[in-house]
Amino acid sequence: MSTAVATRAAAVPGRRVEPGRLLLYGCAVLVTLFMLTPVYLIALAAFSPPQAIFDYPHPLVPVGLSLENIQFFLTYQGIGPALLRSLAVGALTVVISLALGCPAGYALARYWFSGKDLAQLMLVNVRAIPMVIISIPLLVTFLEWNLYDTVASVALVHAAITLPLTILISASVFLRVPSELEEAAMSLGTSRVGAVLRVVLPNSVPGLATAALFAFVTSWNEVFVAVILTLRGPTLPAALVQQLAASPLAFRFAGGLCLTIPAFVFIFFMRPYLFNAFGVGGK
Amino acid sequence: MTAAAPPHVGRRSIRGGGKARLRALTPYLLMAPALLFIAYFLFWPALGAFGVAFQTASGQWTLANFQSLVRDTDFGLSVRNTFLLLAIIIPVEFAVALGMAVLAQSRLRGRGFFLYVWSFPLAISDLAAGLVWLSIFTSHGYLNSALQSLHLIQHPIGFLNYDNLPGLVLAVVAAETWRSISLVMVVIMSGIQAIPADLGEAAEILGAGAWRRFTKVTVPLLKPTLQVGLMLRTTTAFQVFAVVLALTGSGLPVLATRTETWAYGARNYQMAAAYAVLLLLLSSLATMAYLTTLRTPRGVFQR
Amino acid sequence: MRRRVWPAVVAAVLMGAACGGTPAPQPTAAAGPANVGNVEFLSSQGQPANENQKMNNQVLAAFNGHADFTSSPTAAQDLDKITAEQKAGKGTIDVLALQHGDFTTLAPTDSLEDLTPLLQRLEKDRQFPKALLDYGKLGTQKQYYIPWLQATYMMAVNKKALDPKYLPKGVDVNNLTYDQVITWGQNIQKATGERLFGLPAAPGTQASLLHRFLQGYAYPSYTGGEVTGFKSADAVQMWQMLKRLWAVTNPQSTTYANLQDPLQSGDVWLGWDHQARLKDALEKMPDQFITVPAPRGPKGLGYMSVIVGLAIPKTAPNKAGAEALIDYLTRSSQQVAAGAALSFFPVVDGVKLTGSQVPPYLNAEAGVAAKYVANKNSVVALLPVGLGSKSDQFTLTYQDTFTRIVLHNEDIQTVLNDQATKLQDLLNAARAACWPPDSQSTGTCQIK
Repeated sequence: MSTAVATRAAAVPGRRVEPGRLLLYGCAVLVTLFMLTPVYLIALAAFSPPQAIFDYPHPLVPVGLSLENIQFFLTYQGIGPALLRSLAVGALTVVISLALGCPAGYALARYWFSGKDLAQLMLVNVRAIPMVIISIPLLVTFLEWNLYDTVASVALVHAAITLPLTILISASVFLRVPSELEEAAMSLGTSRVGAVLRVVLPNSVPGLATAALFAFVTSWNEVFVAVILTLRGPTLPAALVQQLAASPLAFRFAGGLCLTIPAFVFIFFMRPYLFNAFGVGGK
Repeated sequence: MTAAAPPHVGRRSIRGGGKARLRALTPYLLMAPALLFIAYFLFWPALGAFGVAFQTASGQWTLANFQSLVRDTDFGLSVRNTFLLLAIIIPVEFAVALGMAVLAQSRLRGRGFFLYVWSFPLAISDLAAGLVWLSIFTSHGYLNSALQSLHLIQHPIGFLNYDNLPGLVLAVVAAETWRSISLVMVVIMSGIQAIPADLGEAAEILGAGAWRRFTKVTVPLLKPTLQVGLMLRTTTAFQVFAVVLALTGSGLPVLATRTETWAYGARNYQMAAAYAVLLLLLSSLATMAYLTTLRTPRGVFQR
Repeated sequence: MRRRVWPAVVAAVLMGAACGGTPAPQPTAAAGPANVGNVEFLSSQGQPANENQKMNNQVLAAFNGHADFTSSPTAAQDLDKITAEQKAGKGTIDVLALQHGDFTTLAPTDSLEDLTPLLQRLEKDRQFPKALLDYGKLGTQKQYYIPWLQATYMMAVNKKALDPKYLPKGVDVNNLTYDQVITWGQNIQKATGERLFGLPAAPGTQASLLHRFLQGYAYPSYTGGEVTGFKSADAVQMWQMLKRLWAVTNPQSTTYANLQDPLQSGDVWLGWDHQARLKDALEKMPDQFITVPAPRGPKGLGYMSVIVGLAIPKTAPNKAGAEALIDYLTRSSQQVAAGAALSFFPVVDGVKLTGSQVPPYLNAEAGVAAKYVANKNSVVALLPVGLGSKSDQFTLTYQDTFTRIVLHNEDIQTVLNDQATKLQDLLNAARAACWPPDSQSTGTCQIK
């Protein structure tokens, strides 16, 4: 698929292709193959008949497609509610993460204050806290709040996990909005808050959308907290992971594909934001 | 991205009066909700857990856990492997991602498609990545199948054998790179976008070739971006865990898998916390090293 | 674009808020007068997708109430949940099914109900083996769990390996010695160039069961005990044997959590594992594999059982329902049904694994278990007793010993002395007396 695109691009009639550009296309195709081949192979494994996974050498082209492995995941009883829960957890995560992260990002972008380096250091190191060692205290907290096994508990922790990246992205987004614009608005009589709402935010929407999508994706992919804080109501990936833990290999590969496919959907939606934010253009 | 250019708005305040004090407080008030939120849900429980690292099972203060940590069976190996993986993954990812970002800038046809494919692993979990690459590297997996079909090998190569360090490292590096290079690329691209185009054009007019423009204009101006990218990626690389476990089992112990083994394998939260403290210490040191060595004079980007 | 996305986000949040995440417990429509309502059943067994469904659809379907069968990826997460519920003083989980070893870490926290009264009621119409009930006391006077299912470990052998080219002459596969297995593996390696014995040696006590191989099979077979002879000359001899065995073992074994996959892929031709972790291979390729007892050593045939018990956390919101569920699960029909679904054996006296729902491979496995019991030279090893919260660490020490001697090639006696100190510290901390097959001790068990 990728090769086809590249060849077509390289072989546009009536246009001499310089060797330098050919090299560039070569590199681009190589990277693309590195990205896509594993997906192709896991799909091949997932759609093979269960026993074919143990044949060796594996055929590298599809023979005897079978839905047997994948079928289980598609007909899994709780798939609908689990999907809804995942979406709700993700959405709530995004809302909390943006609501708290944007002001902090704005502070990092527009102010110099003592303790700023320390704050940044803390933010970057949030990820250095292994969830295994804090799972019991978190559980106790949510049990006491009567929030155990709810969308809210998972979303609160996911928001805390995603906040650092939301803050960093929003800070860089606000940095790009020239402070002159803001000051101009203020010299016209608007308050700083007004200037932020009317000038800075509208100019930052694509960037903040990127932050939001990052938060959503992180939440979607996070399964440890989603498993530990739920009992009957895990998110969809958490439910999948629970079933995969001790399952036979064929199941696990099919599960691997199920966990991979949503990435294409998410990035498809993120694409215009990612590329607008980076000035490359969606089309 | 962030440390680069605070335009000192806050300092330009009019001296004296409550208004100035409010101004001085503004950044703290803006930061507070987010930091308190993170502190409540993550730092506070973590602090309790880290405290456990300095306590005996019955709650007395001690350093014994760290003595046991150093004597732990796989301690030396897991330190070595952690740094080995970091030393390979970080440079490889940043070099290749820089190349990808430059490719994306060079107005290729089908660029939209390329960028789509190059960025989709952004949304893939480490767990899925581990499973995907397991199907490739396991001894009767796709890589050996391909090599065998091409008659390059007679017997499957045991990439994941515990005594095949190059194989294990290759598998983890491939999977980790595949999973996280997109993030590095996106960060770098955002940095490149932030470089004013006229700078490059000016250099071109002055006769600088593409390579010189890249090394003398783009890379220096990318420093703040690289700093953030390196900090983010290094902290997460210290935590590399699910991929390693899925691919190598106990073949390639790293600090993060040892944390998990002590917490869940032995239910010894003292030792697990001691490992966690060590990891936090290492990743803080790395972050600070990036902050000091890559420090850029403020105002590079000031427009 | 932003107009299209935000309404969806808001709608999703509202939906989440409206649903509250979890469907409220719906009491099932009246199935008789004594409906016991909703019972939350958390189990460390039956995680695989298909087993989970079988539990819900076949085993629990006739329960007089609604039992919600859930399982975490690892038992450690189940333990975290119970520990936290106890700390918070509030609970959601009614019945807990764990392996004996996982219960040992819970007992000292006093988070489980004493089930003695329930047991007395159950014993009116069913009997449990006394040894299993004693396990359930976890070294105390209280009945912390009631045995539910049991299993053992065995070897699965690919029929290809039975070829006279490989199988040493005059060897009875049902009465193997460790040395014969090594010769067998060597013959295979000579002919195929590959190391095809298999051991589940993925790291951690949650992932694989290598530690049970050491505690319950290798050590008893060579030293006659599990603990006291840990660093003895017999033990050194055993570790030398293991190093030779490892030389014919697939080096990818350190990634195996179970053997059912490598057996099917042909990475492993013969290997030792928990019966439930061989299941997929035996079920999917019934003509390709046979099951045989583990090998014996100079001191006899060491073997160990797995016990899964049922317990009620003190924080359980529906205790009456929980007791009803335990009653239900220990009825003979449900013993067979659950055994068939999870590939375990029943525990209740007199229950036979018969009926159409019992798969052939489970009967074959039961045949192997019978051979252990019938063997006159068997050394029955018990799971570590009396170590309480130290038991997982105790067990991890065995895995670490394996890592150092076999994988890292360190000097055997040095490692054994070193690791024996660690084990002794743990025994001292728990004041654990020796347990069978080690002979009884007065006071704390001492490694000689």
